[in-house]
Amino acid sequence: MAAIADITLGYMPLFDSAVLIAAVEKGFAGDEGLSVQLVRETSWANIRDRIAVGHFQAAHMLAPMPIASNLGLTPLSLELVAPFALGLGGNAVTVSRELWGRMFAEGAGPGTDPSANGTALCHVVENRRAAGESPLRFAVVHPFSGHNYELRYWLAACGIDPETHVEIVVVPPPLMADALATGAIDGFCAGEPWNSVAIADGAGRIVTTKASIWRLSPEKVLGVSARFAAENRPALDALLRALYRSSIWCGDSANHEELAALMSGSGHLGLPRERLMPILTGHLALGDGATDAIPEFFVPHAKGATFPWQSHALWFYSQMVRWGHAKHSPAQAERARDTYRPDIYRQALKPISAPMPGANMKVEGALTAAAPVGASEKGLVLGPDGFFDGRIFDPDRLDAYLASQS
Amino acid sequence: MTHRDLTILVIDENAIRASIIEAGLRDAGHRRVSVVHDVHGVGRVIERLQPDVIVIDLENPNRDLLESMFQLSRSVKRPIAMFVDRSDSSMIEAAIDAGVSAYVVDGLRQERVKPILDMAIGRFNAFSRMERELAEARSELADRKVIDRAKGILMKSRGIGEEEAYKLLRTTAMNQNRKIAEIAQSLVLAAGLLEDP
Repeated sequence: MAAIADITLGYMPLFDSAVLIAAVEKGFAGDEGLSVQLVRETSWANIRDRIAVGHFQAAHMLAPMPIASNLGLTPLSLELVAPFALGLGGNAVTVSRELWGRMFAEGAGPGTDPSANGTALCHVVENRRAAGESPLRFAVVHPFSGHNYELRYWLAACGIDPETHVEIVVVPPPLMADALATGAIDGFCAGEPWNSVAIADGAGRIVTTKASIWRLSPEKVLGVSARFAAENRPALDALLRALYRSSIWCGDSANHEELAALMSGSGHLGLPRERLMPILTGHLALGDGATDAIPEFFVPHAKGATFPWQSHALWFYSQMVRWGHAKHSPAQAERARDTYRPDIYRQALKPISAPMPGANMKVEGALTAAAPVGASEKGLVLGPDGFFDGRIFDPDRLDAYLASQS
Repeated sequence: MTHRDLTILVIDENAIRASIIEAGLRDAGHRRVSVVHDVHGVGRVIERLQPDVIVIDLENPNRDLLESMFQLSRSVKRPIAMFVDRSDSSMIEAAIDAGVSAYVVDGLRQERVKPILDMAIGRFNAFSRMERELAEARSELADRKVIDRAKGILMKSRGIGEEEAYKLLRTTAMNQNRKIAEIAQSLVLAAGLLEDP
């Protein structure tokens, strides 16, 4: 059968591109009549530029990226839509051996508890400020990233002002371990496998994870040029079905060895397979022989992990406003929310009877236990999903949330 | 902007290409040009040099770091912007196709910088062409070597002359709709397998 569409997808060599890669390599895209070409990129800026000139129709993107683009916060100001999420979780915070030593002296460890380790970090920061030492330098992968916002959320909730008490810079993920080892940075928040790589190099210690800061929290999305989405709906719908099936395959633990082998190939991540298992099992080596098992560390399919929750878009927006990256207005909030397109998701996946939630938004952090939801024939289970500090984000009460965090 | 010299930073892991760009800038009369090959520590170099213009190759992972200086960094006093941002789309396309991007200090007039990006695009394209030609020349040389070996095998095993051996290879290639070098490669491989141990 001739392909109904040729699509070129850009991705960054991070493990959470797995759903895209498996969709092509395991034949789910071909089954939908699509001819999909994957192109590995070296920066998010390249992905944006190459969507702008039409080299790519869609790409692996940091969830806040399309929102920032639609708000006009990034160069080229492309119009993008996010009709599909590429999983939940997958990041961790790693600090240098030296900083870990100081945190340990302040009561950090043994695991990845964000409260205990954040409090220890806060003491270290206070001591440094009292002694007139330079602020600690943390790195994230991109200004408009889940990494930047969850790191800031964690620091702020532990009494550390990310704007004045520490410095936050950007370092490309493959250079993180080296920057940590040479003392260019004191810590970083990045996706796997880069934390495990730094630990294997003996460069640092994992102190907390995205899943511990906010359980089942959003990370990457499929970012699509709005123009392509408007003009090629049947092809986009087919792509979403392929990605959905791929996410089921990626989420099945019976396939994890094969998935790790696939991702470790030189054409994709080019890293040893054993570095790629921690994200799948949630069993992390933290450094110094310590380990921790993180529930739902990375979730590619279950718990509504592929649904583009507009409450996720609004939470990212709330953080953009919080840190002065965006100016709040009702129109801006609406633009941020509507970047996520559950309507496309629902229409595309209807023919394959994928379970759907009843609403497009949910109160984030409200589920203390797993709960079945939705009206679709097959059940969908969500949660538990809390923020570590017990706060709740109600997207219908955005202004109150914004006021409470300033 | 005054007429003072622009400080230009070229970030390119490819040392040969970087030196070609550097030479182009010097030819154009720019005297304050620095080059970085190492992908590590680019942020510190920018903090130290405070460049007016940055030219960076698109394979470089440091583009995201550079762009973060739009809003994140307190260490760079003068904000920088992507040069082609919201300018003309043909320039964006030309730059991306060539594999280069440029960033400028905010407020720098476009006409002062455009010749720099034009030159970089031209030289990036010339460099890719050169690389392609070099690769072609290498494969041509390899082709010629394997054809020579195949001719030798035919001349020896069939007792024919060089010209006839070449004709035989060419006819076979034509009949099979393949390249002469491919036929020669198969023959050399087969002869290797059939050789007495």
